Amino acid sequence: MNVPAAWYLILAAGLFGIGAFGFLIRRSALIMFMCIELMLNAVNLTFVTFSRTLNDISGQAIVFFVLVVAAAEVTVGLGIVVAVFRRRSSTSVDELSEMKG
Amino acid sequence: MIALATAYSIPSVLVFVTSALLILVGAIGVISVKNPVHAALCLIMTLIGVAVAFVAQSADFLAAVQIIVYAGAIVVLFLFVIMFLGVDRREHIHFEPLVGQRAFAGVGVVITVAGLITLMARSHWVSGATSVTTKLSSGSGNVRELGTSVFTTYLFAFEATAALLIIAVVGAVLLARRERPSSEESA
Repeated sequence: MNVPAAWYLILAAGLFGIGAFGFLIRRSALIMFMCIELMLNAVNLTFVTFSRTLNDISGQAIVFFVLVVAAAEVTVGLGIVVAVFRRRSSTSVDELSEMKG
Repeated sequence: MIALATAYSIPSVLVFVTSALLILVGAIGVISVKNPVHAALCLIMTLIGVAVAFVAQSADFLAAVQIIVYAGAIVVLFLFVIMFLGVDRREHIHFEPLVGQRAFAGVGVVITVAGLITLMARSHWVSGATSVTTKLSSGSGNVRELGTSVFTTYLFAFEATAALLIIAVVGAVLLARRERPSSEESA
């Protein structure tokens, strides 16, 4: 008998929690992007687990689209990081405070 | 461990433990190391762990794509930006500008994850109708089913992602391009 789906779901929830915690505490924009990738991977793992348990291919098809959107998001996000770094030679999100009231 | 081994087949338990170790150690590494290059390498570890979990759950094609796209393209893009900007300086990780930010973040995340797990446990983990669209193949490989599904049921979404990728590439080039002096001055 295979490992139950619950184990993988708990693992994915833990991975999502770690990613969310990192996103909240780190200040480097690059590390924050990596934490977003961690959270996206946790959701992908959940989709694949549901797909296997419900015996349905749609979960895997959705993971395919999540991968594509993640690639697009990283491309644009890193472009923004490069543009910001040109202007202020830092990737710390704390220094982007022009809009402060 | 012996009780587990009697309840579930030993290879599946071993694969799960391997993938869980890879995923959790890599994820904790991403959020705790100071050097961004090391964080990117820890991210690769997590991605490979997720690929192992995909293989264990009969998502073979997605496991290959996970390695190729994530570890091969996205992490390389991260590393390229780190090298390009020269931001491999260390971040002051113990410095906390907002007092109590970590404690609040930790409490919030713990509450969220505990609530999520409790919610799933109370609803028998997975509920819903089985095999609504296409069944997973029981034998080896699921590339044919996934391809058929993407190119029939999800054809419109597939074309939309193609357009999205083109737009993202053009946008990234525009964002990262250096301002060029006007052509009259250079001429």
